[in-house]
Amino acid sequence: MTDVLAHLRRRERWGVAEIAFWLALVAGIVAFPARAGLVNEALIAGLFALSLDLILGLTGIVSLGQAAFFGVGAYTAAILANAGYHDPLLGVLAAIVPTALIGFLTAPLLLRGSDLTRLMVTMGVALMLGELANREDGLTGGADGLNFTVAPLFGRFAIGSFGEGPRNAALFSLAVLFALLFVARRLARSPFGISLTAVRENRLRAGALGISAAWRIVAIYTISAAFAGVAGALLAETTQIASLDLFEFHRSANVMLMLIIGGAGYLYGGVIGAGVFILVRDVVSAETPEYWEFWIGLMLVALVLFGRERLANLVRLRR
Amino acid sequence: MVELLRVERLSSGYGAARVVNNVSFALNQGQSLALLGRNGVGKTTLINSVIGVTTRHEGRLFVGGEDVTRLSPHLRAARGIGWVPQERDIFRSLSVEENLTAVARPGAWTLARVYEMFPRLKERRRNGGRQLSGGEQQMLAIGRALALNPKLLLLDEPTEGLAPIIVDELLAAFQRLAREGLSMILVEQKPKKILPFTDEAIILNRGAIAYAAKSAELIADPAALEAHLKAAG
Repeated sequence: MTDVLAHLRRRERWGVAEIAFWLALVAGIVAFPARAGLVNEALIAGLFALSLDLILGLTGIVSLGQAAFFGVGAYTAAILANAGYHDPLLGVLAAIVPTALIGFLTAPLLLRGSDLTRLMVTMGVALMLGELANREDGLTGGADGLNFTVAPLFGRFAIGSFGEGPRNAALFSLAVLFALLFVARRLARSPFGISLTAVRENRLRAGALGISAAWRIVAIYTISAAFAGVAGALLAETTQIASLDLFEFHRSANVMLMLIIGGAGYLYGGVIGAGVFILVRDVVSAETPEYWEFWIGLMLVALVLFGRERLANLVRLRR
Repeated sequence: MVELLRVERLSSGYGAARVVNNVSFALNQGQSLALLGRNGVGKTTLINSVIGVTTRHEGRLFVGGEDVTRLSPHLRAARGIGWVPQERDIFRSLSVEENLTAVARPGAWTLARVYEMFPRLKERRRNGGRQLSGGEQQMLAIGRALALNPKLLLLDEPTEGLAPIIVDELLAAFQRLAREGLSMILVEQKPKKILPFTDEAIILNRGAIAYAAKSAELIADPAALEAHLKAAG
């Protein structure tokens, strides 16, 4: 197995474009603090899209219920803060536990049936969790949601909407995104990650060649759920509110749009797609606040029909 | 001799359709079997039944004495059944090396050893699966099955549609594997290619065993071989 590991280590190396991408993000946040709130939103959306890429892009498992984990992660951070644990890092880490657990428990539902079955199952889980959050208003604040505050990061860097809060929030989100993309990158390039691609290509053949699809799907869905949970916690902490709309269908649909815009299967696609999505929304909504989604829709149609060389190919970093 | 594979009164097919009927045979460790017959007699279905991707109607399968009849394909692979599918079915979005890595298990067959057997794969190890020629794809399919470190290698028409020079290269590789003691079941329509390095031969007809003999006996009596194949056709 040593030669297998040597090969994988070679693939671990970071490219110049990849390093430049991250440095440009840091520089952008520092240089343009007035836009840090928007960048923060895009980074969180990028992390959310990365979570979907792990299951859709790498493994070929479709989902229209990723918002379930986003919402649970957000409420975990909010409930924890309201219980007196205001450390934002703790909130983000704590979000991993319930989301991974729910992901692990619901993953077996994805093992049978077609893509349509999986779309319905994932959507159904998101609906159920959203309704549970609505019903358990003692814990979640019900339709009013939960307002809360978080302590400054490391006791020094305030996160929020005022002063340096947006910039600190964006840098925090960037650090978390970088850490999780690093993990995802290692994962995708490990024998486990490579075998996920084999499962995506042909599950039956992969099985006959000794690759068990079932436990791999359960494992990657669990990890994906945790990633989405962290994204939800980040959004809640940086906006300091958790509300029921975090579970809504449009979030699951939008994150899929972002991934399709950026390109699925190479990890950076979701991040780039989220950036494009948020940017287009920001620019177009300034002109037509009510109809900006028309242009997103048009862009999607153009991408799917004509844009075989996807947007992200222009700035493709690796693979 | 230690028994490696035993197929007992196996009937199988796809859904309700039976293709393989009441087939029984055994293969010892280190032995190879030539599975012969015309098109459509059930050779591929029998191979697919051993790996576990068909519908089993009756019968049982044992690998190394263990009943694997109810095991799923990936568990059968874990018991040491390697498979080279007729359509090669390499993972096209993975590179050559990733195709090998995806299935590799610890054992004597390392990537280096696979590359030593098929140097062309080493030259093309960074190329994507979709960039390979038919011969290279077949080498990769065989290399991938070896990277699993199988006890038994199932090869379904491995020389089909390949240039003669590639066929010779592959046949040399099979002979080497047989010499090294790897058990194989080779499906082939042209028996003369594989009988020289297999121990046993089975001719299938309409999903059932029409004739079974030592490979050496069939080599020694080509007229009988031809007659059996014609009768089976």
